[in-house]
Amino acid sequence: MAKEYDTVIGLEVHVELDTKTKIFCGCSTAFGAEPNTHTCPVCTGMPGSLPVLNKQVVEYAISVGLATNCRITGFSKFDRKNYFYPDNPQNYQISQLYLPICTNGFVEITGEDGNNKKIGIHEIHMEEDAGKLIHDEWEDCSYVDYNRSGVPLIEIVSEPDMRSADEVIAYLTKLRMIIQYLGASDCKLNEGSMRADVNLSVREAGSETFGTRTEMKNLNSFKAIRRAIENERERQIDIIEAGEKVIQETRRWDDNKEYSYPMRSKEDAKDYRYFPEPDLPPVVVSEQWIEEIRSRQPEFRDEKMARYIREFDIPEYDADIITSSKKMADIFEATVGEGANPKKVSNYLMGETMRLLKILEKEPEDIHFSPENLARLIKLTDDQVINSSVAKEVFEKMFEEDVNPEEYVEIHGLKQNNDVEGLKEIIKQVITENPKSVEDYHSGKEKALGFLVGQTMKATRGKANPEMIHLLLKELL
Amino acid sequence: MDILDFTAVGLADEIKKGEVSAQEAVEAVFSRIDNCEDELNCYISFDRMEAVKRAQQVQKAIEAGEIHSSLAGVPVAIKDNICTKGMKTTCASKILQNFVPTYSAHAVKCLEEAGAVIIGKTNMDEFAMGSTTETSFTGPTKNPWNTACVPGGSSGGSAAAVAAGECYYALGSDTGGSIRQPAGYCGIVGMKPTYSTVSRYGLIAYGSSLDQIGPLCKDVTDCANILEVITSYDEKDSTSARRKDASFTEALVDDVKGMRIGIPKEYFGKGLEPEISAAVLKAAALLEEKGAIIEEFNLTLTDYAIPAYYTIASAEASSNLERFDGIKYGYRTEVYEGLHNMYKKTRSEGFGGEVKRRIMLGSFVLSSGYYDAYYLKALRVKALIKQEFDKAFSKYDVILGPVAPQTAPKLGESLTEPLKMYLGDIYTISANLTGIPGISVPCGIDSKGLPIGLQLLGDCFREKNIIRTAYAYEQARGKFAGPDVSGCEHSLYEVE
Repeated sequence: MAKEYDTVIGLEVHVELDTKTKIFCGCSTAFGAEPNTHTCPVCTGMPGSLPVLNKQVVEYAISVGLATNCRITGFSKFDRKNYFYPDNPQNYQISQLYLPICTNGFVEITGEDGNNKKIGIHEIHMEEDAGKLIHDEWEDCSYVDYNRSGVPLIEIVSEPDMRSADEVIAYLTKLRMIIQYLGASDCKLNEGSMRADVNLSVREAGSETFGTRTEMKNLNSFKAIRRAIENERERQIDIIEAGEKVIQETRRWDDNKEYSYPMRSKEDAKDYRYFPEPDLPPVVVSEQWIEEIRSRQPEFRDEKMARYIREFDIPEYDADIITSSKKMADIFEATVGEGANPKKVSNYLMGETMRLLKILEKEPEDIHFSPENLARLIKLTDDQVINSSVAKEVFEKMFEEDVNPEEYVEIHGLKQNNDVEGLKEIIKQVITENPKSVEDYHSGKEKALGFLVGQTMKATRGKANPEMIHLLLKELL
Repeated sequence: MDILDFTAVGLADEIKKGEVSAQEAVEAVFSRIDNCEDELNCYISFDRMEAVKRAQQVQKAIEAGEIHSSLAGVPVAIKDNICTKGMKTTCASKILQNFVPTYSAHAVKCLEEAGAVIIGKTNMDEFAMGSTTETSFTGPTKNPWNTACVPGGSSGGSAAAVAAGECYYALGSDTGGSIRQPAGYCGIVGMKPTYSTVSRYGLIAYGSSLDQIGPLCKDVTDCANILEVITSYDEKDSTSARRKDASFTEALVDDVKGMRIGIPKEYFGKGLEPEISAAVLKAAALLEEKGAIIEEFNLTLTDYAIPAYYTIASAEASSNLERFDGIKYGYRTEVYEGLHNMYKKTRSEGFGGEVKRRIMLGSFVLSSGYYDAYYLKALRVKALIKQEFDKAFSKYDVILGPVAPQTAPKLGESLTEPLKMYLGDIYTISANLTGIPGISVPCGIDSKGLPIGLQLLGDCFREKNIIRTAYAYEQARGKFAGPDVSGCEHSLYEVE
């Protein structure tokens, strides 16, 4: 590559809002129901049906806007985006084009150079999700499930302010954390409750004008986003280097093949014939309403971190990691609320929890052990009912299936052996069986004691209290 | 007196008194249908058995004192673009020919609660697009005054059914005059209430920002009573208003002293048949005699209403009709290759010519590059027209004029000249663009023997002004005899 190139990236992020009912009707938004059971005339586009806006959607959109430093639009409107596709029962999507609910905001990330960088947010608008097509390969036909039709979405459109995959991921991580803290969505990329489309162009380093951009869809993980960005950057540079022109188009990323291909032009028809939705009156947002929502904004990460250090006396390092995910912070507080020692809870979250998440390639949002069980486990260790190696085993089980540690320990006979007389007998046996080590110990080799402790543990099948073995061994030797 | 000669409110009274029963009324209506329907084609569908069963139920409820409404037991017809649970609702289109809704429109529910007996679903222009009821997939309705003429449209089936005694009153919808104009052509009373007064839930949308459901009936008293029943806040329609002044029957007072009535000069220009002009001005004179203050004034933007209207209505229609795609319900073409071919063929075969014309027009004015020049400009014109009407209503309580520039045209005349048909909407469409209420009351018969309609327009939420004026006019005018349909199975009115 002869020349240096800059990458210019902007994101369109769709977030499914965690409301009980859909955006324009009273149907449930619950995931995973039998097809077409969470539907009504409105969300299946029956003739004569009319949309009625869910107020919670507006409140969530405003709260996300406030948390991302946006201007809240006092007089906002819905528009119809017209396109024919069977997953879209009315063949138009109710969205916002001309007067979106939030505009002109930003979030701060740590940029490439390590300094703080503002990523601009052009707008946030509210819209409805489409249904889902299910293709039957054997029957050569397709079915459509409208359960998801009308599930509320916000689309967060950034400015083209990002310059690398790292910045994109930092931006998405920040956005996700804000939205999770607000409780507006769980933002799971793999389940589609957060979806990011990447608009990317390249230009010669130092150039002020933008190159022709492409839009990349179907990015279901941070890994896929990173790979797609790197791949698309290379692809565009190759085209330019070959003296050809990048075509403005929408491309679909195939993460298995690590390759993107242009979507058919029919899927990409661009004249949506937007016009104001006549069935919905404008959304009027008063200053008072904004203030009400502002006053209800939850504690965000920085405040939470400061409070954890102050209130629970845990190190800053711990507080930083725990508050990096709303889910972890929630588990931390709830477990401490059950009476567990904060530092011990923190150790479980930063140590074992993070280790297992990494091995299983999961996100903190996937944690499903309960704070009650974690508190029980910590209590079992505190009361010396189990030792630390058993605790580790029980925790792994808890992490997998949220077992009750008390019951698990009972059923599997994992209680620590605190029977002194019984233990003495075993130790005497060990001493008799290992005369060499005993001799070493007496000649001043401290290591030999460790060996004998280990042998005793082995003999008790791991259930004895190591400290007690230590003391008793010294006494008997 | 023939049972069919009662007004809706009159019939309900007789039923309450025990003079006649709801079943007898249904029977009378069906015997008229037996005689006239083959000739007139007012209905797309009706269900005699269901209607009789319903009449028996209602009769029992009335006798048990469970229903007190002024319409209890009275047979009604519903325009076929208003959803009726379990009854076919086709919009007079092939694309919905077998569509049976699982829900009733809010207005229909209101009527049912008031003890109405639904006879059937009336004919209309396909998707309410037209002014003659000739674009219906099931063929045209004929005017009971002269079967060589159209009944007007788009609620032509409703208007003809009321005029011919095939029901006592009917619901229609009015997007650009579709209640008032056929009421005028058929010599009955029709009213479009203020936008937001009657819920649009269950009304299959044509132009969402313009559509309103309203009554077609025999006189102003019926009109006020029906409107009172169907006016109801509906949380399922976001544009529905909470009306606190919906006691419309209180306006049935024979007194117009001091009522300020304006007559727009532009409504009496060229294109208006002289006989209509004379009849309408005579009506104004009658009101003046009763103490109303009549004045002429200018509505300078009248000529711009038609292009603005057809731009906005077609734009909304092009989007509203996208859901008819052969996927979920309604007609689907038999042979197709792939999704896009299915869409194309289904919609090409399922929609009629006038509907396709308006979908194309609407899609065009919303296309990128044309949106500002057409659609946005039309919205600005609409805002200006509204301002002009606001100004007029600061001076007048009522605006008086004709309903249409002509009386009912012959069948077939309008289809060949759509532009002429569009121009015929000139007096009615402003009410839809501005949201104001309008009522059509018969005010004479022309030399061809066809009824002439008088239109009264009021300010938003001021239905009472026009009901009061219409009622006082009706008292002064005297009885307006309906068409003679005694021998309509033989077609009384032969045309050369």
